[in-house]
Amino acid sequence: MVLQLQRKLKKMTKNKIERKIVIPGEIIAKGEDYLPGEGTEKRGDEIITTRYGLAEESNRLMKVIALSGIYQPRRGNVVIGRVENVTFYGWNIDLDSPEYAFLPLQEVPTYVNKDRLNDIFEIGDVIIAKIIGVTNRGIDLTIKSRGLGKIDEGIIIKINSNKVPRIIGKEGSMINLMKNESGCHITVGQNGLIWIQGDKIEDELLVKKAIMFVNEKSFTSGLTKEMKEWFNKEKQK
Amino acid sequence: MSAVKEFKRPDGRKPDEIRPMEAKVGIVPNADGSAMFSFGDTIAIAAVYGPKKMHPQHQQNPEKGTLRCTYNMLSFSVTERIRPGPNRRSTEIGKITEWSLDPVVMIKKYPNMVIDVHIHVLQANASTRCAGINAAALALAHAGIPMNDIVSSISIGKLDKQLVVDLDKDEEDWEEGEGATDIPITMTPNGDITHIQLDGKINSKVLKEVIELARIKTKEVYEVQKKALKDSIKEIK
Repeated sequence: MVLQLQRKLKKMTKNKIERKIVIPGEIIAKGEDYLPGEGTEKRGDEIITTRYGLAEESNRLMKVIALSGIYQPRRGNVVIGRVENVTFYGWNIDLDSPEYAFLPLQEVPTYVNKDRLNDIFEIGDVIIAKIIGVTNRGIDLTIKSRGLGKIDEGIIIKINSNKVPRIIGKEGSMINLMKNESGCHITVGQNGLIWIQGDKIEDELLVKKAIMFVNEKSFTSGLTKEMKEWFNKEKQK
Repeated sequence: MSAVKEFKRPDGRKPDEIRPMEAKVGIVPNADGSAMFSFGDTIAIAAVYGPKKMHPQHQQNPEKGTLRCTYNMLSFSVTERIRPGPNRRSTEIGKITEWSLDPVVMIKKYPNMVIDVHIHVLQANASTRCAGINAAALALAHAGIPMNDIVSSISIGKLDKQLVVDLDKDEEDWEEGEGATDIPITMTPNGDITHIQLDGKINSKVLKEVIELARIKTKEVYEVQKKALKDSIKEIK
């Protein structure tokens, strides 16, 4: 009896994680029981997908995990960008996305001499920032928080922003594994830029290789376990 | 009436038989989205770049994004070499492709941006615009651009008095009886027309039959497109 129940429970949880490949224009749910989430739209009493990706249901919310497309900025996202221009009121930041991003003077935690903005950031500097607002004019940034600011050393690599959740893993499992195995400091920007800093360049390159491995193998289940084996193999070389 | 029954197409197909179709996505690694679509000898590839910032700036539209399609026939795509570069015909087909995709692409989500769609015909044996539109629709979906639906395109023809599906070059030059009429049609899977062109003579009653036939036949095209998109994820797994 207990075994049967356990089996049933297993089946239920398994069903929950199940993802379906969808293309734009597919009906994924009917009736009032479901709510439309990201990548879906409600037309009449049907929920229709608008993007290509994996459809998932959680707590009656239907959503599509996109596999491709540009970075969609959201409030609270930590991003990595390059200073594009220095203006009178702040800095224009290039986030490698088509939208304009701006870091205003007031959002810098230290005292700034208005005539010498170049002392803080110069053109070409790379910074970690947080999005405080997204308007139709562009993205507003801040560096008033721990861990934000200018990057001095290390390497930066770029991946598709849709794959960022895979690099981080469930509750940071993947990224923590990489940090522990390599001893590097890793910051993942939600826009797909990743900063790696370690004591030795070899460590940094190992992380780069690992990230590229995850990037290619994304959407296979049990990837964190596979990653562990990968690290063991790499270390024996 | 007996002539209708004994009707034979130059390549021995049935009147409502489409040439073997093939579709594949992700064929241009550097593009944000790409696809290939073929009707027998007619092969078209499409690559999507963007959404990206529109340049020059005065062409930016703050209300909605811009869809920009270019159609190009490669010089070796036909037996007699054609002069490479844009010409009257390719500009027109590019524009037609834009219009046929415009109702399904949710371009409003990307103000001040542009989505570039490049279509190249590698091999031509009539129906190139249909193959191009089919490839472009797939490439847009593959690029992760939100869409209401995927469009499918097919050419319906009238040879003398007989309706045929998916014309080839020999049939386009049909001269017996009433001659050849070529009607490329693009539809969503629900049967909404997004594009229709007509080259030749036809009366309104027959045109209605043509549209009904296209409704059935675009579904066949749609199934091929759907399969191509869904199979491409399996390969990643």
